[in-house]
Amino acid sequence: MSADAKAETITINVDGVDREVPKGANLIDAIEQLGEEIPHYCYHPKLSVVGNCRMCLVELGMPMRDRATGEPVLDDDGVQKIGWMPKPGIACSTTVAPGMHIKTKSQVVKDCRNGVMEFLLLNHPLDCPICDQAGECRLQEFATDYGRGYSRYTEAKNVKPKRTRIGPRIMLDDERCILCSRCIRFSKEIANDDVLGFIDRGSYSTLTTYPGKQLENNYSLNTVDICPVGALTSTDFRFKMRVWFLKAVPSICTESSVGANTEVWSREGKIYRITPRRNDAVNDTWMTDSGRALYKQVEADNRLRAYQVDGKASSFDAAIAAAIAQMKQGKTAVVASARASLEEQFLLSQMVEATAAVRVDMVSHYGDGDHLLLSEDRTPNLRGALLTGLINDLPDARLDGLGKAIDAGEVDTLFVVHEDLAAAGLTDAQIAKVKVIYAGIEENSSSANAKVSFPLLTVFEKEGSFVNQNFRVQKFHNAIPAPRGVVYDLHLLETLRAHMVGESPTRPTVPAVWELMAQKITCLHGLDFRGLGDLGVGVDAGRFASLPFVESKNLKHDPEKRSKLGVEAGATA
Amino acid sequence: MAILNDENLAKVDKLVPKYPEKRSATLPLLHLIQEEHGYISNEAVEWVAERLDLSPINVYEVVTFYPMFKQKPGGKYAVKVCRTLSCALGGAYKTCKAFEEALGCGLDQTSEDKLASLEFVECHANCGRAPVVMVDEQMFEGVDENGARKLVEKMREGTL
Repeated sequence: MSADAKAETITINVDGVDREVPKGANLIDAIEQLGEEIPHYCYHPKLSVVGNCRMCLVELGMPMRDRATGEPVLDDDGVQKIGWMPKPGIACSTTVAPGMHIKTKSQVVKDCRNGVMEFLLLNHPLDCPICDQAGECRLQEFATDYGRGYSRYTEAKNVKPKRTRIGPRIMLDDERCILCSRCIRFSKEIANDDVLGFIDRGSYSTLTTYPGKQLENNYSLNTVDICPVGALTSTDFRFKMRVWFLKAVPSICTESSVGANTEVWSREGKIYRITPRRNDAVNDTWMTDSGRALYKQVEADNRLRAYQVDGKASSFDAAIAAAIAQMKQGKTAVVASARASLEEQFLLSQMVEATAAVRVDMVSHYGDGDHLLLSEDRTPNLRGALLTGLINDLPDARLDGLGKAIDAGEVDTLFVVHEDLAAAGLTDAQIAKVKVIYAGIEENSSSANAKVSFPLLTVFEKEGSFVNQNFRVQKFHNAIPAPRGVVYDLHLLETLRAHMVGESPTRPTVPAVWELMAQKITCLHGLDFRGLGDLGVGVDAGRFASLPFVESKNLKHDPEKRSKLGVEAGATA
Repeated sequence: MAILNDENLAKVDKLVPKYPEKRSATLPLLHLIQEEHGYISNEAVEWVAERLDLSPINVYEVVTFYPMFKQKPGGKYAVKVCRTLSCALGGAYKTCKAFEEALGCGLDQTSEDKLASLEFVECHANCGRAPVVMVDEQMFEGVDENGARKLVEKMREGTL
């Protein structure tokens, strides 16, 4: 990961060619970094090594040395001899060592893989045509690559439970299970919920939960991701769509400030599932179950789908005109959102300037964290609001300050992004005192009382970036088209700003907004949208590092370390 | 139901510290429970797990692996007929059939009157005197079909 680790490499010989690999790496990982693959089932880079599938057998050897003198043993040509181990060894429990020789393509290795595949397929049902895993199944892939192509097996196959519901979101097909135990290790080591195990060990080994218990923790669906076959399937995705029809787009989970990296799988504008995307600095290879369900907001019943003026559907232009007319009368206050992207927050801050808004408020959304991948801050982009200067301090859960200002008659118009005013503590009387202009994804008390409502887009319908709990800027891409007739959030904000100052509006793109941001925001100097990459870039928190953020220690976040780093960085700057 | 009586509980307290890893005491504890109750209930599995700082599933895996651990109560007597080579050649299959008829139950089942449970098991290590049958901890050698019927009669009379 870091520059130090990359610098320290050692040389190993793979199939007769010397290659540089990171020191101390697992052999399977090392080979993967070289762009090749040692087939494996049970090994997972983020779980303990058990070595029970035997698929990663390779031939291993070390340069020979004389045992008595320690001198290298040379052959007739004066080259050091390689002491090959008499039998193949498993790569997953091998750590690379200087001078190590491995053969991954020899006849012995091919025979091993062929043999292991034959054993694994002995009792495996020929389910592929109805199996959800088909198309992304390691067993299918390796059977093609290393299997013999026909079966020598004439006996009856084992019969095991075919559809056991082992949790509220998980269905288990024991016949398909190849007993790799990844799910068991995940539950025990990562989710700390040791409920899975193999019972009746032997020919009838069966994966199951303890009687009366379920695999129901908020990380259970990760077992579906890491299952190399179709044994564990998600009840939400099961039988819905063949995976080869789906398009995967890199995205960011909006559930909390962790900002888990995700892939959004869609076909013809409809999302079918969300899976985690590996990012060792953010979420490793995991994400929460609750985060996977967030795509349902796209088709939610309470989705705001049309521009409205005084509760009646209108055109975009008419809604803009009504909003501008309203904001030009009297004093405007803005309620910003930590659910908006960095670019939207930046354009909103420009709109705040253009409207000479009397105040900008924000609402916090805090909950309980699970110290893993669900942080206390349930918004994806609170830090973005700080960086763009929308707010200078952490927000409160209630808009009490704004309420007082309304009571004092200091506010005539309220421009609200995403937030629900009643839920944030404004009374009906206070809301009735002002004209509300609401922009959001869903209908709520703000939209119900709004003079003008603008529908906004979900994270899946636009692109942009969020700043996560570690001040890491991460970008998400457009997975599905926006609802018919709804413009991009950036376009809406820019149009409002331009009309307020009498300019003609442009249609800002995310990279164009980034050019502006990189100039105006110190910690984004030198960055551009494309340069972020799909793994994101950590930025200097600067003066915000010492703010009392609510996140406690979780998988990749340590508030103590973070604030120390930030204070030091702030001191040097 | 208490999981173990006081005497056995004292044994448990002595057993557990003997192992560097608590988990290693799983088997001895399960044996104690099976000796006392004749089977291992789910409550017992949970009790062992709690005692050894494990999850119940870890203990359950062990219980389901060994055929000698019973998960349901059996009959008053446990009849184990040897099925391995010497006994098989010596007529163990016939002996077993005779037990089935006399008890009125199938293999791995308990007779309706709860008198005995019948099993066809691997070697009792007494191959010279096949077929060998064990009833609880008692060994019976050269048990043919007649011998089997007689054993069942004795069990019924309570004179075994």
